[in-house]
Amino acid sequence: MSMNSQGRPTAPAAESRTVSSGPAALLPAEPLLFEIGDRDHSGVDLPDVEVDDSRLGGLRRKAPLDLPGLTEPEALRHYVRLSRRNYSIDSGMYPLGSCTMKHNPRLNEKMARLPGFADVHPLQPVSTVQGALGIMEQLSHWLMELTNTAAVALSPKAGAHGELCGMMAIKAAHEAKGQGHRKIVLVPESAHGTNPATAAFLGYSVKSIDANENGTVDVEAVVAALSDDVAAIMLTNPNTCGLFESQIIEIAKAVHDAGAYFYCDGANFNAIMGVVRPGDLGIDAMHINLHKTFSTPHGGGGPGSGPVVLSEALAPYAPVPFIRKNGENIGLVEHAEDGSFGRLTAFHGQMGMYVRALTYMLSHGADGLAQAARDAVLNANYIKARLDDLFSAPFDGQPVMHEVLFDDSFLKGTDVSTLDFAKAMIDEGFHPMTMYFPLVVHGAMLIEPTESESLQTLDVFIETMRDLAHDAKAGNVGRFTQAPMRAPLRRLDETRAARQPKLKWSQEDQRAKAAE
Amino acid sequence: MRYLPHSAADREHMLATIGAASIDELFSTVPKSVLGTFSPDLPDHQPEFAVEAHMRALAGKNHAAGDGPFFVGAGAYRHHVPATVDHLIQRSEWLTAYTPYQPEISQGTLQMLFEFQTQVANLTGMDVANASMYDGSTATAEAVLMARRITKRNKVFLSGGLHPQYRDTVVTYLSGEEGLECLSPSPEGQGDIVDHIDDQTAAIVIQTPDFYGHLRNVSALAEAAHAKGALLIVVVTEIVSLGLLEAPGALGADIVVAEGQSIGNPLTFGGPYVGLLACRDKFVRQMPGRLCGETVDADGQRGFVLTLSTREQHIRREKATSNICTNSGLCALAFTIHLSLLGEKGLTRLAKLNHARAVALADALEGAGLEVLNNSFFNEMTVRLPSPATPIVEALAQKGILAGLPVSRLEPGKPEVENLLVLAATELTTDADIAAFVDSLKGELA
Amino acid sequence: MTTRYTTDHEYIRAEGKIGTVGISSYAQEQLGDIVFVELPAVGATFKKGDEAAVVESVKAASEIYAPVSGTVTEVNDALSDEPGLINTDPAAGGWIFKIEIADEAELEGLMDDAAYADHTA
Repeated sequence: MSMNSQGRPTAPAAESRTVSSGPAALLPAEPLLFEIGDRDHSGVDLPDVEVDDSRLGGLRRKAPLDLPGLTEPEALRHYVRLSRRNYSIDSGMYPLGSCTMKHNPRLNEKMARLPGFADVHPLQPVSTVQGALGIMEQLSHWLMELTNTAAVALSPKAGAHGELCGMMAIKAAHEAKGQGHRKIVLVPESAHGTNPATAAFLGYSVKSIDANENGTVDVEAVVAALSDDVAAIMLTNPNTCGLFESQIIEIAKAVHDAGAYFYCDGANFNAIMGVVRPGDLGIDAMHINLHKTFSTPHGGGGPGSGPVVLSEALAPYAPVPFIRKNGENIGLVEHAEDGSFGRLTAFHGQMGMYVRALTYMLSHGADGLAQAARDAVLNANYIKARLDDLFSAPFDGQPVMHEVLFDDSFLKGTDVSTLDFAKAMIDEGFHPMTMYFPLVVHGAMLIEPTESESLQTLDVFIETMRDLAHDAKAGNVGRFTQAPMRAPLRRLDETRAARQPKLKWSQEDQRAKAAE
Repeated sequence: MRYLPHSAADREHMLATIGAASIDELFSTVPKSVLGTFSPDLPDHQPEFAVEAHMRALAGKNHAAGDGPFFVGAGAYRHHVPATVDHLIQRSEWLTAYTPYQPEISQGTLQMLFEFQTQVANLTGMDVANASMYDGSTATAEAVLMARRITKRNKVFLSGGLHPQYRDTVVTYLSGEEGLECLSPSPEGQGDIVDHIDDQTAAIVIQTPDFYGHLRNVSALAEAAHAKGALLIVVVTEIVSLGLLEAPGALGADIVVAEGQSIGNPLTFGGPYVGLLACRDKFVRQMPGRLCGETVDADGQRGFVLTLSTREQHIRREKATSNICTNSGLCALAFTIHLSLLGEKGLTRLAKLNHARAVALADALEGAGLEVLNNSFFNEMTVRLPSPATPIVEALAQKGILAGLPVSRLEPGKPEVENLLVLAATELTTDADIAAFVDSLKGELA
Repeated sequence: MTTRYTTDHEYIRAEGKIGTVGISSYAQEQLGDIVFVELPAVGATFKKGDEAAVVESVKAASEIYAPVSGTVTEVNDALSDEPGLINTDPAAGGWIFKIEIADEAELEGLMDDAAYADHTA
């Protein structure tokens, strides 16, 4: 038996309270859409035109649609009430390591909604969208300048899609050079799950690289794993332990000497933007999560955008589409020419995100981006300095980058787990940090404050964390195992959800419930 | 800088606490040779009004769809989005939340996703839908991979009516793998996909309404596929069509993928959009992407969580069903709010209105002596012009009319499609738009 | 009847040519509440160490490897409705599949009760 796991399931605590949770005055329970709407209600006024079936090929719908409607006031109230059951960056600190939950400026939203961007079709004549192509050109320029790379593929729709893009370019490059036999990709244990998933997706076998006792990868470990069969290394820098891979230049050289390519997972670019250019480190491809580093909103899980910068060596294999300048005009290359590995999506990628990210870059400027990275690093080190005595940092003795990693050894003997600790943070008004990731330390707690948090907020967060740590060590277990007690809901039964999956609402379920 | 809260004094205080002399010291693990050794060719920070002026100037160089008569479709459609939708999705709690990994403080997003999954399942006539994909094209590629996992077979046939960029995306996703065959473009609505199905076939992929606007006979295709143990994947790029047409699930589809942009989401030059993916219950563990399920909390109250996560990359790593992580949460929210406003009544009316506008367009084109290739259509059709379509579309664009998509833009080097123009009408297409377009077109062809 | 264990925590209980395979009580505790079991097909043949089944809890997925080479003769369909049997009764009701043992000598390489107890101590 071998186990792939991340995290711990939550289950309701044995002891149950009788009162319902949550302050109902501002947070009333909200039924499902299907319990408040019906087929006769609608929030749009449209004429009921008659259409005959002559051009419908006999395929007109016969079955009812079973979609409830709401009038406008009902819909507003429903979705406003639901929204209030969400934590958000705007309402509090969201220190999810590796996720970069920074401030989302509203100017970006306003710009994305200009009709010249929002009301433009991807397949209009190219002569009518020069402004949209201008956005792509300028965004590309910023990304290449900040990374010192030769090309950028804008179209990937998220980080994992970007990984696919970069690894496909690497595969195409190997095949073009008669090196298609290279079937191994090196991935450190601390990598995001998307890295091995992407490599496997392309038919590569994944070979794991161990980190050293300081939490980084030694060039010797890489050299030992390299061979004629290795296609690439996928390395995150700064890595998921929040550390800069200090031997990265030597690693890149060794990888290149062995005829392989260097894919860098750029999820943590926020720590170094404007300060270090990944191209100077020797990377061949790196995705940049516009929804992390360049503040396009996470939106409850997306949409993202994951442009990939490419070295000279990989630039010829970039996917379509890409822009090409002819004097004043910007052209759009939409069909694979020699080398290009193909197309990753219909149309041209996440234009709405390009507009937001470019707006963010222009607002900050090169100076502001560098300062943001420096503040992000300052904030993480400040948290580390003030928590170090009570928490356990597995890789101590060096400055961290934009996030700080603790393990659960400080909780040893307390009967409080990382999960319990996280849930207790909810009761104190904070979103928990990333937990049980990376997998290389036990009970990981990965805290990323970002540059957006003020000193005052950081101090309140730190005091809260210290108070919780003291309480855990003092044996006040109930504060943790019963938590959260002040959220709209208490711990949810994930085992039940997985054993009897109920993935949509149905009238039958509703009736059965009523009959109980 | 207006987004950075620290004052110089704050930074000094923090450095003192850390015991570092400068922020540079915190970068001591970075090799000196690459630290601050460059000066990018980029401007410094600017006030909000200056950035806004810069962006407005760029936006002003685009011809917006609303600026004049507009007939472009081909996988992205210009529909009216109620003001309420955009207002709601800009609420902080929706816009600035992360993936709902902490369910106790993410019930808003989770309950919304449960509503979204139910709406998508009901609309497509399927048992279960996931919490969204990047878009319709990548969802199609994922559906093909899913069908290969389910059937443990290899061969997949893509219909000649599939959107060419969807086809190209699938080809790229499956590059280097054997068994994928793309049938030639079928602008007349012809199809010989049934003849290809054999007992090694994992799936056939068809689109309806197809890229050229034809409505496809899903039942017959389902029957033919199932007879050989193959799956039928149905692609829908215009989701509004399901307000008037029978759901693919009711006609025998095994997996339905769709582009959900038409409901709730603006054109935005191609993205972000929202991919829909729905299937039969028995295939749920082979699905890619996140799923939201119902459960109870410690007090027995109903709540929602992300579930069946063992399929996904953060647990399964190299054995995951897909590498997908981020999805299209906020676009799914826009879809769900808009569809809640529509309801069955509104969506049915919207679909009928779209069809009626397209009938008016087809009648006007035929009245002008042009050849419309479609016997059946929803809101989109293909016209064969007497000369190549691209220069005509370009000439009309100079007059402020966006006249549809020349097929050759997506199918270059194929003389048989050079004169074809794909045109869409929606509820926003007026009689005056149609008259202006047909008049100008006649003028160009004269 | 003898029970043998692999280092990966599968057990095999051999009765003549037929071995019953499951996971040890120790393993089910490590995994937590089992929510799903992917069973092999009856008639499938495995070499020792091949991936034969998958056991899932909420946050973990574990491959079950064939402890010996052979052909699957029967699978425990009860697990489809009640995967929790692996937690409540791993040794009996929570068995996963039965395999016709191709080479009984392969059993010799596995641990007995005492050795396994040492292994998990």
